[in-house]
Amino acid sequence: MKTLVEIKKIREEKRKELDLRVNLKASTKEKHILVCRGTGCTSSKSPQIIENFRKILKEKNIENVRVIQTGCFGLCAKGPIVIIRPEDTFYAMVKPEDCEEIINTHIIEGKKVERLLCKDVDEKLVDRLDELNFYKKQKRIALKNCGVIDPENIDEYIAFDGYKALEKVLTSMSQDDVIKEVTDSGLRGRGGAGFPTGKKWMFTKMAEGDQKYVVCNADEGDPGAFMDRSILEGDPHCVIEAMMIAGYAVGASKGYIYVRAEYPIAVKRFQKAIDQAKDYGILGKNIWGTNFSFDLEIRLGAGAFVCGEETALLESIEGRRGQPRLKPPFPANAGLWQKPTLINNVETYANITKIILNGAKWYSSIGTETSKGTKVFALGGNVVNIGLVEVPMGTTLREIVFDIGGGIPNGHNFKAAQTGGPSGGCIPAQHLDTPIDYESLGAIGSMMGSGGLIVMDDTKCMVNLAKFYLGFTVDESCGKCTPCRIGTRRMLEILEKITKGSGTMEDLQNLEDLANNIKKASVCGLGQTAPNPVLSTIKYFKDEYIAHIKDKKCPAGECKALAKVTIDPEKCKGCGICKRQCPVNAITGETKSPHKIDPSVCIKCGACVEKCPFKAISK
Amino acid sequence: MSETCKCECGGKDPKLEEILNKYEQDKSNLIQILNEVQEYYGYVPMKAQEAISKYLDMEMAEIYGVITFYSRFTLKPKGKYNVAVCLGTACFVKGSEKLLDTAKEALKIKEGETTADGKFSLEATRCIGACGLAPVFTVNDEVYGKATPELMKKVIEEYKNRE
Repeated sequence: MKTLVEIKKIREEKRKELDLRVNLKASTKEKHILVCRGTGCTSSKSPQIIENFRKILKEKNIENVRVIQTGCFGLCAKGPIVIIRPEDTFYAMVKPEDCEEIINTHIIEGKKVERLLCKDVDEKLVDRLDELNFYKKQKRIALKNCGVIDPENIDEYIAFDGYKALEKVLTSMSQDDVIKEVTDSGLRGRGGAGFPTGKKWMFTKMAEGDQKYVVCNADEGDPGAFMDRSILEGDPHCVIEAMMIAGYAVGASKGYIYVRAEYPIAVKRFQKAIDQAKDYGILGKNIWGTNFSFDLEIRLGAGAFVCGEETALLESIEGRRGQPRLKPPFPANAGLWQKPTLINNVETYANITKIILNGAKWYSSIGTETSKGTKVFALGGNVVNIGLVEVPMGTTLREIVFDIGGGIPNGHNFKAAQTGGPSGGCIPAQHLDTPIDYESLGAIGSMMGSGGLIVMDDTKCMVNLAKFYLGFTVDESCGKCTPCRIGTRRMLEILEKITKGSGTMEDLQNLEDLANNIKKASVCGLGQTAPNPVLSTIKYFKDEYIAHIKDKKCPAGECKALAKVTIDPEKCKGCGICKRQCPVNAITGETKSPHKIDPSVCIKCGACVEKCPFKAISK
Repeated sequence: MSETCKCECGGKDPKLEEILNKYEQDKSNLIQILNEVQEYYGYVPMKAQEAISKYLDMEMAEIYGVITFYSRFTLKPKGKYNVAVCLGTACFVKGSEKLLDTAKEALKIKEGETTADGKFSLEATRCIGACGLAPVFTVNDEVYGKATPELMKKVIEEYKNRE
């Protein structure tokens, strides 16, 4: 147990000790080697990197250097990432066997290990993190502590204003003050729908009930999105603190966080954070001598996309099949065990402590008229800088994809970006200058979504993409309502027909009609948004659908059934590489004379196309 | 119901008892318990379902309903080596379908199946969160990033030669 005075003391002392983490000019002989332990870097061996550093430092008796595990730095494409502070040197794609050289050259000799320095998109060597184009247009609020602190050490969180917002709320603000601050900030739900957060809090506070609950939705289901996971892995205490503030504001004494079981690191760190907070007396009864008590528990999801829908999530916490409930009543009035319940997403919570500490006015000065603050995106797909980015609302898609993301690799062109995952829509090149906010994205047929942002280059078939998303929805439809259960399956069948080359123009019309009906008639958000990828691809890439139907061709060459792999006899030099690549022996030909492909044997895998040194084979 | 568990305990598995006793006898703990059982056995065996049914005082049908609803729970054991290809969007866009095709061909099974000798199972998973390494596949806990069909073939060959 720690008193408020003791916590303040930890904050002061620890902050001094950690000054070199954020102050590049810190005059100290100490160095901190920060190693990313997010899921991405962990799967490329960052735990061994930490172990090696520690071992070597010990062997060499170096005492003023500490090795710290941190959350995600964001630039996942360059992982595993090692950053040395205070000088802020950024080493990319570090291997466990590089540790010795880093210690010898950087730590002992005081020189940079040039071969490991990060290269920017323009091939320029960058030796400081803040010089990278990737970070220049970003503004980190929700991710403030990610990559700065050790997420498994509560003292490091406290050092950077941790639990200070809770202290402010419990000692100097009424419930209404807190709700007013959140309302005035203009914060809207980051799960994707964008409902004003303050209003949600107000409804839950006003609802009558002997017991109320606060829930955190960490069931990040969009395949290709990892914002919430990174926050839980990099800064779990900020979510705990925000849930407590929410609990105080709405009058709840119990919280649940619903996390995907597929996020083992996040689950482990969050549990550790809960234990530490309990140990310090931050979570528990009559916190810091006030009347406020709060308890928090983790509930694991088990792989059902629909559980990201708030009422399905509640069903799942109660131990049942995650099928959504009819609304109204809304969770604010009848949620968990029919009691008033506040549900917010991880990223929404991650903004709360900063709003309380810096004020609504500060927060609402960032962003656009209707969308305040920042948004975190998981940038992925055919883009150079794959990773996690946080930008002010109003930043354009072009800035995210080209300035921050570094553009499209391998000389290809931008074709479309998908926001909102299976519930969102694709955004074509002509809308690249759309500012990112809830309304603008909705107006062009997509949605903000939770933050998945997948970039596609000109080799991608949009019909196939729509089919991919529909396949996902069909798998994940919970089966409760007919339009979603049966309708999405019929849509998928039509898409399969079209990608096989047997579709008709009538099918295309049926597909559109069906899509609009499913949107209108489904019970929950899953069904209401499932047709979006189809509708948006029809809207912007109708010619591709027509090419599949009328010309029996897939312009991008992705749809296997329509592909005809042929060798151009003019370009073929008869080297035989394709023949050796072919898994089904469909290619014949004498050395040094043009080869041929037997279409009846060819499985259109494309292995030969990729390997031909003369680009003589096309699909 | 003739199924026996892998630990040859004669039907009463102390680990199962241990898992159950960690939780209060409250139906809302069902998914928590199933997660631990799945983790321990690699699937949810019939005898575990029976034990849970007794412990939480729930119908077997209700438990079966929950197991089959969530994709993480399986009723059949997975292979010794579980090859999982990520079909999250980031990996899909980078060609993970080809990885899956290669694995299917190399193992001669479809996704969701286990080889007859119980050595391999194949799974198409949703995003595992290593989007920076896309496309990605895993064999048990080992992650293979920036993967190609050639790497898939090589890795499967390596595991075939293992015990």
